[in-house]
Amino acid sequence: MKFTIQVNEGPYQHQASDSAYQFTKAALDKGHEIFRVFFYHDGVNNGTRLATPPQDDRNVMKRWSDLAAEHNLDLVVCVAAAQRRGIADPDEARRNGKDADNIAPGFRISGLGQLIEGGIQSDRLVVFGD
Amino acid sequence: MSAIKKFMYVNRRAPYGTIYAWESLEVVLIGAAFDQDVSLAFIGDGVYQLTANQDTTGAGFKNFSPTYAALGDYEVTKVYVEKESLEERGLSLDDLQHLTWEDEDEDYAEKDSIRLVSRAELAEVLADQDVLFNF
Amino acid sequence: MSMLHVVNKSPYERDALATCVGYYRDGDTLLLIEDGVYAAVAAGKAAANLKGLKVAALSSDLKARGVGEDKLIEGLQLVDYAGFVDLVATADRVQSWL
Repeated sequence: MKFTIQVNEGPYQHQASDSAYQFTKAALDKGHEIFRVFFYHDGVNNGTRLATPPQDDRNVMKRWSDLAAEHNLDLVVCVAAAQRRGIADPDEARRNGKDADNIAPGFRISGLGQLIEGGIQSDRLVVFGD
Repeated sequence: MSAIKKFMYVNRRAPYGTIYAWESLEVVLIGAAFDQDVSLAFIGDGVYQLTANQDTTGAGFKNFSPTYAALGDYEVTKVYVEKESLEERGLSLDDLQHLTWEDEDEDYAEKDSIRLVSRAELAEVLADQDVLFNF
Repeated sequence: MSMLHVVNKSPYERDALATCVGYYRDGDTLLLIEDGVYAAVAAGKAAANLKGLKVAALSSDLKARGVGEDKLIEGLQLVDYAGFVDLVATADRVQSWL
């Protein structure tokens, strides 16, 4: 089966990103396909590479980056939500006149159409939020 | 070309206290371009999103409620409002914006977009959907 | 044609479970995850909402919160994330009552 996962909340503040990650991992282990993981609302904050979380607990952001690298996942951060909250890749930073970007490895910034497409192309959409 | 899917956008939060109402509307507007069979459901505090006379001038943030009136232009014509949720909150259809759409198959006749339904009726509608978005 | 209802918030904090129950139909499954697992505690008031429903709960979320298996409602299906994936695949659609 093809899944699209929607993550509505940021790292640590809510369990949503953790639950989404564990679900995604379990789906992959079972041989399912993850069409896309789409980060919306505060979920875009999962895509920062500037966080330094305490070492004695999971690194939510890096865990997504590592999973993406291992399984060639498509992790998409919504551009509108990202602009609102200050998550940018080099192109976005340049386009919006910012002096830095902060997107984490494995994440890309794109439009809401990617979420809709996920809904169309996948067999199941699973939403994790507050 | 994949078959058209039934997309349902479920709204259960009040506007302004959190961003979910506005950002879910943004998904609906972008989604309109993808020609799926779209419905919106307003349940619980979600019904507050549709109330008329929202004035945010003193609050210091944008009033996005006019966007609901534009839904008809985006071919979003099925806006389900749960009756029990309205009643619990002391509201009636009269308190909500009058949302309409123009039916080009009937000479652009103006029709109501809001469908006031009971929880039981809306449960049937939800059970018939392919994809359910929640915010 | 069945729905998997996912409830992730405590029934004592939010109305998600109460609302969800109104939308549950024969053949559906209700999965409790995150803080939603507290609804499965038999001695809690919210347990009454679950009567007659097919209910599952994520065991790792119950364990994380120190909820012992002896405290749970009768007939609760305990699943791990693999089981969660199976529940999603088996149902025709998923509704997350956030």
